[in-house]
Amino acid sequence: MGLSEMFNIGMMQGFAGLSLFSVLLLMGLGLAIIFGQMGVINMAHGEFMTIGAYTVFLGSTMTERLAPGFMPFYFPVAIIVAFVFAFAAGWLVEWSLIRHLYKRPLDTLLATWGLSLGMQQLFRTGIGPKEVSPTLPDWLLGSWAPAAGLDIPINGLFVLGLTALVTGLVMLALYKSRWGLRVRATVSNRPMANAVGINTSKTDRLTFAIGCGIAGVAGAAFTTIGSTGPTSGSLYIVDAFLVVTFGGAASLLGTVASAFGIAQTQSISEFFLSGSMAKVLTLSLIVLILMARPQGLFASKVRR
Amino acid sequence: MSRKQVPASPSLQRRRIVQSMAALSLASLPMLGKAQSFPTAKVNTTKLAVTDTEVTVGQLHSATGTMAISETGSIQAEQLAIDQINAMGGVLGRKIKVIKEDGASDWPTFAEKSKKLLINDRVAAVFGCWTSASRKAVLPIFEKENGMLYCPTFYEGLEQSKNVIYTGQEATQQIIWGLDWGAKEKKAKSFFLVGSDYIWPRTSMKIARKHIEAFQKGKVVGEEYYPLGNTNFNSLINKIKVAKPDCIFAAVVGGSNVAFYKQLKAAGISGDKQFLLTLSVTEDEMTGVGGENFDGFYSSMKYFQSLDNENNKKFVAAFKAKYGKDAVIGDVTQAAYLGPWLWKAAVEKAGSFDVDKIGTASPGIEFKAAPEGYVKIDTNNHLWSKARIGKGQKDGSFKLVAESTDLIKPDPFPKGYQ
Repeated sequence: MGLSEMFNIGMMQGFAGLSLFSVLLLMGLGLAIIFGQMGVINMAHGEFMTIGAYTVFLGSTMTERLAPGFMPFYFPVAIIVAFVFAFAAGWLVEWSLIRHLYKRPLDTLLATWGLSLGMQQLFRTGIGPKEVSPTLPDWLLGSWAPAAGLDIPINGLFVLGLTALVTGLVMLALYKSRWGLRVRATVSNRPMANAVGINTSKTDRLTFAIGCGIAGVAGAAFTTIGSTGPTSGSLYIVDAFLVVTFGGAASLLGTVASAFGIAQTQSISEFFLSGSMAKVLTLSLIVLILMARPQGLFASKVRR
Repeated sequence: MSRKQVPASPSLQRRRIVQSMAALSLASLPMLGKAQSFPTAKVNTTKLAVTDTEVTVGQLHSATGTMAISETGSIQAEQLAIDQINAMGGVLGRKIKVIKEDGASDWPTFAEKSKKLLINDRVAAVFGCWTSASRKAVLPIFEKENGMLYCPTFYEGLEQSKNVIYTGQEATQQIIWGLDWGAKEKKAKSFFLVGSDYIWPRTSMKIARKHIEAFQKGKVVGEEYYPLGNTNFNSLINKIKVAKPDCIFAAVVGGSNVAFYKQLKAAGISGDKQFLLTLSVTEDEMTGVGGENFDGFYSSMKYFQSLDNENNKKFVAAFKAKYGKDAVIGDVTQAAYLGPWLWKAAVEKAGSFDVDKIGTASPGIEFKAAPEGYVKIDTNNHLWSKARIGKGQKDGSFKLVAESTDLIKPDPFPKGYQ
């Protein structure tokens, strides 16, 4: 193998790690808000992603049928609609289910798990058990080849860009907006936040809904790299929790760092070991680190 | 397990054949006439759920849970076959009544439900199971209660039971002919094997490796397994690029399957540059994978929806009339459709619903109206069938590019491959 070829493989492998990083981060972001900031163990996180994925499928089918000329442009619109749908669903779920359970965090685990099973069956009966595939616009397919033998996946680039955008927006909202201020106040001391006039129950609802909306965006983006079926969400839920827990709940920076660490370990070890062994290695490392540092990589100082 | 085998004497068998032929020619007479020529006391000596007008069978698939994606097609195909048989007058003059049970993608549930079907409902036959795991879970129950199972899925082989008729291909029927075709037509000498990490891909790849190395004198340049549900294949794709195989030989399943082909396409590996042969993409999977991602790759199956023969045209038309024009039919769906027909033929040959007699009658049964063409049950309870290679098209269909000239004998315990 020549030197340039080795360079190409190295570049592509580097991008593979980066691409996995963006996937992990995007799926962990919504959860970082819900689990990290609110302490709600949302087992239905994956199903909110599925809502987003099905929204893209709906968008692609409708565009194909009603306005075929609009095909190249529907995707960004569908992502925004995915956010809206998942946001609305999250709002509804918080109002009907979650708000009654804030004082019983372990019960939210059961309740949201039941919710996740219910939603899966709803997708199956409503949309059908078969996996579907939205027709992606041509500009999202294939690879970008800056040199011969060097192929950078366009869908990977797209997800990377989207992740950067969403992460930036979340950071901005959390640290620069009134909502972010209220969220942080509620997280650090709920009775005090109430006392100074913050409507914490409204803040909770908005926070939960935003977390779900971001999950919807993640699901929409993942239609470019993975499958869309009633149980697709369950493919992502474990990794999402892993990223958030490992990063240290309540710390957004921790989520970013942990997604990066897990992605690089996973992707590099996959290259040298077999797929299943790479997973074993990554998970064992995480367990070891969590044993030494139960609070995760970055623990923000929170008064509980 | 002692079982009474009462083979019919040749003269009796001849009489039954004459009887059934007579009944066939008198099909225009009221149903009862045919049922009367086969009195219930005679065709049912083992207290099965058979009355003068009705015979009850069971259907045991996952209508819910992960596997519903795959098993729905089988449920539909079996129901279609049963409807068609009923429209023709049923089996031995009796209408088929179906009890549907949901295994819910959970293997212990499959075992429970099969007990219910065999012990409480006393069904004459069960059409069901899909994954090997569910079949292994119900097998001891079928053997103990002496039930009859028709299982549609292509699988890893290494199994044979008098209580199961396997209407899908076992491993050698799908793999060996496909690999030989690849070596001959595509001049493939080096192979990269990729699979999901569980029994079927691992056994299949073991057979494939043995065949490539010992019989084709080719080279396996990589063998990789990924956990079920893995959705990130970029590192694997880079490894494939390093190894530069003539052929990627794949058995990735479920949600991983979709991710695998989407990422191959995104990494610039497409059908016009790379030869890829898979054991796990049928028309059913195509709806998820998307035709544009599988365009130009090859699939080794025994059936494709696009097969051009009269049986298949009728079957596809009937299927779409019942389940909508967008319905697709994959390899296993077709194999599931064979189940009720093969059972009907066995019952008529045996002149009885008794499971033992059906078991004895089954080997040698032919089904000429099979959508895949002609099939025959071997003495090992698997089917003789052809092997075929289909090339994926952009619209999600398959174009038939090769088919074995003869039926391939099923060999669930291949010698030299263990």
